[in-house]
Amino acid sequence: MVWIAIRMLTGDATKFYGLLFGIAFSTLLITQQLTIFVNLIERGASGVYNVPSADVWVMDPVSRTTDVNLPMPSTALDRVRSVPGVEWAVPHLRAAASVRTKEGDLEGVSVIGVDDATLIGLPRRMASGSTNVLERPDAVVIDDVGTTRFFPEGYDPVGERLELNDQRAVIMGVADAIPSFTSQVTLYTRYSRALNFVPGTRNRLSFVLVGAAPNIDAKALATRITEETGLRARTRDEFARDGIDFIIENTGIPLNFGITVMLGFLVGVAIVGLTFSLFIRDNIKQFGALKAIGVNNAKIRKMVAAQAAMVGSIGYGLGVLGTVAFIWSFSSNPTFKGFYIPWQVPLISLAAVTLILTLTGWIALRNVLKTEPAAVFR
Amino acid sequence: MSNVALAAPVDAATAIATRGVVRDFTAGQQTIRVLHGIDLDIRAGELTYLVGESGSGKTTLISIMCGILWPTEGEVRLFGTDIYKLSDNELVDFRLRNVGFIFQQYNLIPAIDAASNAAVPLIAQGVDRGEARARAIELLAALNIADQADKLPSQLSGGQQQRVAIARALVHQPRLIVCDEPTAALDARSGRRVMDLLREVALADDRSVIIVTHDNRIFDLADRILVLEDGRITHDGRDLPKDH
Ligand SMILES: Nc1ncnc2c1ncn2[C@@H]1O[C@H](COP(=O)(O)OP(=O)(O)OP(=O)(O)O)[C@@H](O)[C@H]1O
Ligand SMILES: [Mg+2]
Repeated sequence: MVWIAIRMLTGDATKFYGLLFGIAFSTLLITQQLTIFVNLIERGASGVYNVPSADVWVMDPVSRTTDVNLPMPSTALDRVRSVPGVEWAVPHLRAAASVRTKEGDLEGVSVIGVDDATLIGLPRRMASGSTNVLERPDAVVIDDVGTTRFFPEGYDPVGERLELNDQRAVIMGVADAIPSFTSQVTLYTRYSRALNFVPGTRNRLSFVLVGAAPNIDAKALATRITEETGLRARTRDEFARDGIDFIIENTGIPLNFGITVMLGFLVGVAIVGLTFSLFIRDNIKQFGALKAIGVNNAKIRKMVAAQAAMVGSIGYGLGVLGTVAFIWSFSSNPTFKGFYIPWQVPLISLAAVTLILTLTGWIALRNVLKTEPAAVFR
Repeated sequence: MSNVALAAPVDAATAIATRGVVRDFTAGQQTIRVLHGIDLDIRAGELTYLVGESGSGKTTLISIMCGILWPTEGEVRLFGTDIYKLSDNELVDFRLRNVGFIFQQYNLIPAIDAASNAAVPLIAQGVDRGEARARAIELLAALNIADQADKLPSQLSGGQQQRVAIARALVHQPRLIVCDEPTAALDARSGRRVMDLLREVALADDRSVIIVTHDNRIFDLADRILVLEDGRITHDGRDLPKDH
């Protein structure tokens, strides 16, 4: 009977494609929007992800994220270094500055000062040039996505001069970095140079980055650092989460994406529900005849379930493929750099599709089950 | 409550026995009694016509006799089984094994070919599709449309569709065949041909055929004619009453 059910479904091409379209469209909308959402809010943690070697981030108690921070006095570094279990601790500066471009425009950038000796704080990979270019006195390294903001596409910025807060700087390399949430241009330089680029108050030590000694648990170390120094200490994962939470709490992004995902779901329910009901209504005579001949309700349920499963699996597959194609075709676009489909997202859209089909299939099925076999003689 | 206890005993050779069958329909506030205590015995090997004016209750009676409509009162025995004492699923299964239906509008499934349509009862019984189709094609051959086996219903003429519907009613060799107005949509000659065909292929010693019809052109083909008037059997015999 399942075979007959499938033939009934595919035999009505218009409705079959309508159902496929509804499911594929819903899947695409939900999967694609959730993917963009997750990738976008994860950018709130890009500052943390770009320095994977730091086990613990130490900061002023009021600092919240890599970008929302209050600098500490430079003595904080030695206090952190003296905490047992700290293998190494290096200074890390993050500040806003402005750059005068060649056209004379002023553009906001973030300046990141990385440890002079170890260069900890610099993204691990370089897109062009090597990390030791920072040896040069005026050298800065620009992030790859930032490059596209300053220069035409495909342009090699190495050797370009910038006026950074009225100081001369020369781009000597391009870092392969995860872009920030705002995709603002980021310039990396050595900590001692950064102090010159970013003039200001006495306190300019934004963070102390800490490596834990072997066999020391990062979470325990963070607790100990806080106890002994009074500073706020977060493990890498906690601090990444802080950055993501900050985006979630302070932007309309979750609401906007939530609305779109909900719309995707509702459109799915509407298209699939309507088409499914029409399909069942068109075939109600046949279903009635089958019931009279001797097909029981359990078998009828199985038939409709098979139809739903067929529409669901093909439509869902098309929707996910569509999302993959979308992400893939935009992968060279700097806005989408590093975008990936988290494994949970297809599962969520699968659950949504299942819900849509269960709901609409159940409503459509009710009419079939209600049909009295005696109706076939009327 | 009709007097089932006092009703005539059911003979073992009887294919269908109804005892005190009453059927009421409720429309809004009103309850209308459509059948008023039908007692009938129908033997195997007979072709029975059920005739009567529109609204007299023919469809209602035939539906009750074949197990698709519950009587308000009374009992129906099909080949010894008191079918309305069965559970819902048992009754569905009983129909699948014992009853063949020919619907007026055929109700073929548009998306599957003639052979598969004719094979539906076997497929529903769980018979392998290939075997079910082979048995259906044998019947289509007996009905002279074996060459149409691979066509979809929409590619067949009305008469060919009806033969497919007849094949579907016979393919699982049920002991009872019911048809409601099988010739209503056909011209006189085609109607007669269908009736001849039914006599020829449907009727067997161990099988009863009941046909509801208005069509007085074909009355001579029946073994027995029952006339229903306002829910009561008013005539039962080999021929129609003179005044009809
Ligand atoms: N499901 C129903 N609900 C309410 N009334 C019904 C129902 N089915 C039949 N009736 C009524 O029962 C009566 C008998 O109907 P039935 O269909 O058995 O007549 P019939 O003899 O088959 O008529 P026709 O020759 O027009 O097909 C009619 O008055 C009809 O209105
Ligand atoms: Mg009728």
